[in-house]
Amino acid sequence: MNAETPDPAVPAPPLSKKDRMKIPRQPMPEQDPARRRTNFEEVNQGLTVMGAATEALRCLSCANPKCTSGCPVGVKVKDFVDLIVAGDFLGAAAKIREDNILPAITGRVCPQETQCEGCCILGNKFEPLGVGYLERFVADYERRTGRVGLPERPLATGKKVAIVGSGPAGLSAAGDLVRQGHAVTVFEALHAIGGVLLYGIPEFRLPKEIVRHEVDAMRMMGVEFQTNVVIGKTVTIDELMADEGYDAVFVATGAGLPKFLDVPGEHLNGVYSANEFLTRVNLMRADAFPESDEPVFDCRGRDVAVVGGGNTAMDAVRTACRLGARTSYLIYRRSEAEMPARAEELKHAKQEGIALMTLTNPVAFLGDADGFVSGVRCVRMELGEPDASGRRSPKEIPGSEFETPIQMAVIALGTSANPLVQSTTPELATTRKGYIAADPETLRTSKRGVFAGGDIVTGGATVILAMGAGRKAAASIHEYLSTGAWDAPA
Amino acid sequence: MFPIVEAEFLAPDVKRFVIEAPRVARKRKAGQFVILRLHDHGERIPLTIADSDPDRGTVTLIVQGVGKTTKLLNMLGPGDAILDLVGPLGTPSHVEAFGTVVVIGGGLGAAIAYPTAKAMKEAGNHVVSIVGARNKELVILEAEIGAISDELLVTTDDGSYARKGFVTEVLRELIESGRAIDLVLAIGPTRMMQAVAETTRPKGIKTVVSLNSLMVDGTGMCGGCRVLTTAGARFACVDGPEFDAHEIDFETLVRRNRTYLSNESESLRRFLEDPERDLDRVRESCRLEWEHPEVRAEARRS
Ligand SMILES: Cc1cc2nc3c(=O)[nH]c(=O)nc-3n(C[C@H](O)[C@H](O)[C@H](O)COP(=O)(O)OP(=O)(O)OC[C@H]3O[C@@H](n4cnc5c(N)ncnc54)[C@H](O)[C@@H]3O)c2cc1C
Ligand SMILES: Cc1cc2nc3c(=O)[nH]c(=O)nc-3n(C[C@H](O)[C@H](O)[C@H](O)COP(=O)(O)OP(=O)(O)OC[C@H]3O[C@@H](n4cnc5c(N)ncnc54)[C@H](O)[C@@H]3O)c2cc1C
Ligand code: FES
Repeated sequence: MNAETPDPAVPAPPLSKKDRMKIPRQPMPEQDPARRRTNFEEVNQGLTVMGAATEALRCLSCANPKCTSGCPVGVKVKDFVDLIVAGDFLGAAAKIREDNILPAITGRVCPQETQCEGCCILGNKFEPLGVGYLERFVADYERRTGRVGLPERPLATGKKVAIVGSGPAGLSAAGDLVRQGHAVTVFEALHAIGGVLLYGIPEFRLPKEIVRHEVDAMRMMGVEFQTNVVIGKTVTIDELMADEGYDAVFVATGAGLPKFLDVPGEHLNGVYSANEFLTRVNLMRADAFPESDEPVFDCRGRDVAVVGGGNTAMDAVRTACRLGARTSYLIYRRSEAEMPARAEELKHAKQEGIALMTLTNPVAFLGDADGFVSGVRCVRMELGEPDASGRRSPKEIPGSEFETPIQMAVIALGTSANPLVQSTTPELATTRKGYIAADPETLRTSKRGVFAGGDIVTGGATVILAMGAGRKAAASIHEYLSTGAWDAPA
Repeated sequence: MFPIVEAEFLAPDVKRFVIEAPRVARKRKAGQFVILRLHDHGERIPLTIADSDPDRGTVTLIVQGVGKTTKLLNMLGPGDAILDLVGPLGTPSHVEAFGTVVVIGGGLGAAIAYPTAKAMKEAGNHVVSIVGARNKELVILEAEIGAISDELLVTTDDGSYARKGFVTEVLRELIESGRAIDLVLAIGPTRMMQAVAETTRPKGIKTVVSLNSLMVDGTGMCGGCRVLTTAGARFACVDGPEFDAHEIDFETLVRRNRTYLSNESESLRRFLEDPERDLDRVRESCRLEWEHPEVRAEARRS
């Protein structure tokens, strides 16, 4: 520890702004890359108490903080950081929970560089305040003490709300609604709760223990969870409302339909959608095969290609690496600067030795005599002039085709809307692309009593935006249940 | 948790289960399936709903023990429960009054074809059923299928019972005898379904098959079950499992189903060495869930 660093246990004289700016951003302790690429343990180890207290001191306590407006759910950053400075970590956690019910999760997976931290004034000359690190720190601290402050159970209103899907949108709506005294049931198609948090984002970024902990806390608050129920198949929305007595429904089914490249050879053995590959590993624990029954392609000593440049592609390529792949290629058609993944994930992936193939696009997969994938044929790309939206679109360079041997491939091109709920709920209007049409402010759909939010409305977005939609929906559902008023969405 | 209320062997390694799953029982239509998971280290496997009783709140599954999970399931009986069971999944069979419908069930396929054959009969079709098996011991559901068929033809590969030969030979004779056939529904091993498709193709007889691709979620989320058709890739779990046989690329299906052969045999070998370990896991997973009161409440409601 730095000798000048104040000890938060001892009341220190207030630091001047200049002194605060001298403190360097506290680094996140991480597992060593050479070691972590062989295990599924969390890469980021979390700030120490001293690290967090020091980092908190860097906050300039702006009179008009920009960080809060950069946060999609408006977490009161300055207030919770002040509480850390005062040594009240539990108070800081409670302060965050006023706006964000899953801080241990958002602190780990939010793209802070484009949100709160991207707006931090320190970032103009220095590194921005580590808001995500601090958020994660207090949430982890709270969990370790086992003293998660559960809100009081209010008087029951007698109203029943059904939530379809247990991802971040569904969970955050459930948390808010149960606190308002409504009886809340979350229906989930899979056998476990959490949506992408569970089956998509890997253990090394978001330990499933944390998701389970949050879900248990919600159970204690009175939220009821029913797994193995596919709305649209097991029971429809109309039946929930007409036969099972639900007064309102919130549809938060995410955007779970995988996209494929539509190139020759895509159906060879060993070519996966990212959803399938990640589900096998994260939800079904295929990494532990044969201790777990679900198998996954044996990557050990093989070469693997992952196509895409978002968080999903990063997760898939780093998972392949941990399953023992000899080379893990990341094939992306634009350049590194355009990659939509979180900056930290790209950095970590590079440290773990993935092989970046940017400005490259697959045109075919090649197979061996047994029908297993044995190679990928790619073409090199260049970025053209910016189009109307300001994005430079990639163009193929004629005659630049080349082949690379691989034995497994993962397609991570994003997802689109799963039509199950929409197609079995006739009154529910959808957009041209099949997403549910909902009013952006009230999240009301075209069907009375039915609200929708998260990826199923916006298309694949982020955890925090889905949570924000869940909160908005909860407020709007509460209003509807209290007043009975329903205005058709604009 | 889904309690098993009845279980009996129909043939060696083929067991019929009646399982409590009220919501699934209420909703299911012929041609649909469930996905189940036996314990918390288990895989998810698809099984057809052979029958259901909405009043009793039960579904019937008929399971052939071919690998680890199905052999483990076949060791369970009344008093045990299934940890996870979700459904009904897939698109129901397209049932209408076609005229004469030939239903072909090969091996365990007889169990999968039975509910659709029954629905075809109820819709007013003339149902000709062809049930084939390797030998006498493996012929299943003869009485049940007989009861809902206008004609029943049974074959065994080795001639140990009824007629000797393959189901396709019986089908070819029917076609050659000049019988008007409006639809053929064939369910069984992939190579059998492919042979049926090739038998009916030259005559242009509409032929439907039920495909058994590998599945994970069963809700359209992963694409692991994709099959190649003349119209492109389709997901068997949502667009199927029934498809027009003349549009299917059977070679790709057979090939994709071989992806995990070595893992499957390793799993089976380990399981047969020590079946108790997995049986304990089934019982422990179910007990844990049972002892969590809030989970028990959920189980009762669903
Ligand atoms: C691999 C991966 C990595 C990601 N990494 C990040 C990241 O680092 N940071 C970030 O901010 N975002 C990330 N995202 C995006 C983020 O996870 C999503 O935007 C977010 O989870 C959307 O939340 P949701 O609640 O709308 O839907 P989901 O999380 O998709 O949850 C929907 C749930 O509904 C269930 N469901 C669907 N249909 C039905 C039905 N008919 N009946 C019952 N249940 C149903 C599904 O099984 C699922 O559990 C990532 C996404 C993926 C796939
Ligand atoms: C829609 C659908 C409905 C089905 N209905 C039934 C049913 O009613 N009764 C029944 O007994 N089986 C049914 N099956 C097949 C059943 O799912 C498989 O037998 C089961 O998954 C095998 O699991 P296992 O672990 O016991 O064997 P594994 O060890 O996984 O496999 C053993 C062998 O079985 C074969 N196999 C593996 N998976 C499948 C599969 N999905 N389909 C066909 N063969 C496979 C392979 O040749 C493999 O070598 C159905 C499959 C589908 C897709
Ligand atoms: S099993 Fe995953 S999409 Fe069909």
